[in-house]
Amino acid sequence: MAATRDQAGSSRRIDFEEVLSRDLDEPVKAGIGLSRRELMKFCAGVAATMGLSTAAGVRMAEAAEAKERPPVIWLHGQECTGCSESLLRSYHPTLESLILDVISLDYHDTLCVGAGHQALDYKHAMMEKHKGKYVLVTEGGCPTKDGGIHCKVGGKTQIELIKEAAEGAAAIISIGSCASWGGIQSADPNPTGAKGTQEIIPDKTVVKIPGCPPNPYNFLSTVIYVLTFGKVPELDQEGRPKFAYGRLIHENCERRPHFDAGRFALEFGDYGHRQGFCLYKLGCKGPETYANCPAIGFGDVGEGQWPVGIGHPCFGCVEKETAFTKPIHSLATVKTYAPPAAFPDVDMALGTGMSPGAAAVVGGAVGVAVGAGAVLLSKMGKKDGSEGGEQA
Amino acid sequence: MAHTAHRLARAVITPTTIVLAVIVAIAVYFIVQRYLYGLGAVTNINPGYPWGTWVVVDIVIGTALGCGGFAMALLVYVFNRGEYHPLVRPALLGALFGYTLGGFAVLFDLGRYWQAYNLVLPWYTNLNSVMVEIALCVMAYILVLWIEFSPTVLERFGWSGLRRFVERWMFVVLALGVLLPTMHQSSLGSALLVMGTKLSPLWFTVWLPLLYVTSALAMGYAIVIFEATVVSESFDLPSEHSLLSKMSTVVGGLAAAWLVFRYGELIWRGDFGYALVGDLKAVMFWIENLLMAFAAIVLLVPAGRASKRASFLAAVALLLSGSLYRLDSYLVGYDPVGNWHYFPSVPELMVTIGVIALEILLFLIFIKAFPVLANARPAARNA
Repeated sequence: MAATRDQAGSSRRIDFEEVLSRDLDEPVKAGIGLSRRELMKFCAGVAATMGLSTAAGVRMAEAAEAKERPPVIWLHGQECTGCSESLLRSYHPTLESLILDVISLDYHDTLCVGAGHQALDYKHAMMEKHKGKYVLVTEGGCPTKDGGIHCKVGGKTQIELIKEAAEGAAAIISIGSCASWGGIQSADPNPTGAKGTQEIIPDKTVVKIPGCPPNPYNFLSTVIYVLTFGKVPELDQEGRPKFAYGRLIHENCERRPHFDAGRFALEFGDYGHRQGFCLYKLGCKGPETYANCPAIGFGDVGEGQWPVGIGHPCFGCVEKETAFTKPIHSLATVKTYAPPAAFPDVDMALGTGMSPGAAAVVGGAVGVAVGAGAVLLSKMGKKDGSEGGEQA
Repeated sequence: MAHTAHRLARAVITPTTIVLAVIVAIAVYFIVQRYLYGLGAVTNINPGYPWGTWVVVDIVIGTALGCGGFAMALLVYVFNRGEYHPLVRPALLGALFGYTLGGFAVLFDLGRYWQAYNLVLPWYTNLNSVMVEIALCVMAYILVLWIEFSPTVLERFGWSGLRRFVERWMFVVLALGVLLPTMHQSSLGSALLVMGTKLSPLWFTVWLPLLYVTSALAMGYAIVIFEATVVSESFDLPSEHSLLSKMSTVVGGLAAAWLVFRYGELIWRGDFGYALVGDLKAVMFWIENLLMAFAAIVLLVPAGRASKRASFLAAVALLLSGSLYRLDSYLVGYDPVGNWHYFPSVPELMVTIGVIALEILLFLIFIKAFPVLANARPAARNA
């Protein structure tokens, strides 16, 4: 059994000493300008993002360095191309190093150089050439109403295009919420009958990277993982990789302590909002949304750069039941612990005030002093009267 | 030293001393509790109010009431007004117990009292600390007071050689006896400067040290008037009123100057409005000042000064005013961060009352055991 697994590639034996003794500053492929060191750093970063070991990073670099770059066919459906736009803005690695060095992006509806029949013919040729080996990426929803006529490329409906490409694909990845479950066009009343890729090809495993747009690094990490280990990463019941969608946003949110302490922003721009309090009461869907946004952020500009981090409630873009379904400002269903109805008073009275006993003791002492003084004064008064003349 | 002082020839054990002793015994019981079970078991002090009655009444107010020694030393030896010398010994005796028991009471309040000896180890001394200044200065002053008082004890036991030696060097001790209280009585005010905005603007001012030392001085004279009057009235001794009424001008002048400065400074810095808001702080502020104003007016008006009763009442008013000023600036006018409350617990109060009772008790015993009072005639049966 073990030998079979080894040959399958997922646990392919690698001589780490040999790999690490290679010249790190040598370009991995002629004419591309990416050194082995840069590739190793990138793959180590990807492995870390996915919670894998450094050895997995080395494996990924090995896989990425292989002579034959794995071919990728990328289809677009009903969408805004935001997912590709998001991917274009990734910097570690940049999209060009991904598509030129790591994978072979043989066909992409919006990024391909060719046009018209030329492009489509090339796509068919590649699908034929790499049958059973290419990775299919779908972006955008698929209309099903009226025979799927609401989205066509080259005279074929999106349903036909997906089924055709899925036939010879080694792995299928849906990028974005539209490809994952229909996205914004599937929102009620869903005039085109938009559906996700999985619903078109229900008998195939589709890895879903939902999000509007998804974090490009979740996509890149999944692609590299598939290329390295020849299998898809562990998925949840919705078909999403657990490394990215295993935890609620609420669990890793930097504003979580405010939620637990009962400090909420109640309006945009109010005191709590300006103080960075929890956005739950502004409709933040973090408590019902599974994503790693607080952990990895967006835009490669540092910590805290994600919707909640910059002061807008999460709208649950990765969740079919939430995004485009629930009103943005309605309260989330808290899947962990619901906030208590009453929080401990932040201005709770501390210390011990006056007790009846203490009041009695103080009163008694004052009484004794006043009494003694009065007795003394009355004695003195008599003398004052009698000795008044002498003293004045 | 023209005058001679005598022991008061009265029974030491009287109903008064028995009652005082019982109060002291109750206090001792609670002090034992404090050492067995800790501060929390006995007191109500808390992180918001770390200074409770044990600090504010026993030390801050207690030492101010013990400023008789300071005030009389300043008047008699620095301003060279020898005519007031008969008042020095009782004043010193009052100061002796005010300070000794105040210093002693600190040990109840120190959380880690077993570390207290580190205060006197110079290599551990933090010279930037107001608290260190107060602690070292009060310790030194207690020693000075005992030396200042020692001729009385030496006279009693007839150790004239030692007494002559002490009196030859007394000028050094007396100089210290004026210097040290000036330092730590002002530092008790400086200790409040770190409170910043926690202290109401009615009390918080950079002049706190000056207000503290001058009111302590006024209280020193007032306690001499108070104590001399109470002793002579209680034991039917010849009145010292003629001497006291001369001194009253000084007290009245000090009280008036203190008030003028306090109001002037408050108005000049623009915080007088706080006195008009009608809350507890404002009410306490007015009580303090009206008592002080009453004392100043009575003691500055010749008719008031001449009346034994009026000047006694004025002295009491001044002592109350000075004590309230300290109580207010340390507790009433102080708002810690957080919603903290404090009122002393019964055991805490009993310890404070016990300390005061012990002061009175020791004073009564000492005037009967040692030649303190100038007006106590030698009794025939106690020659």
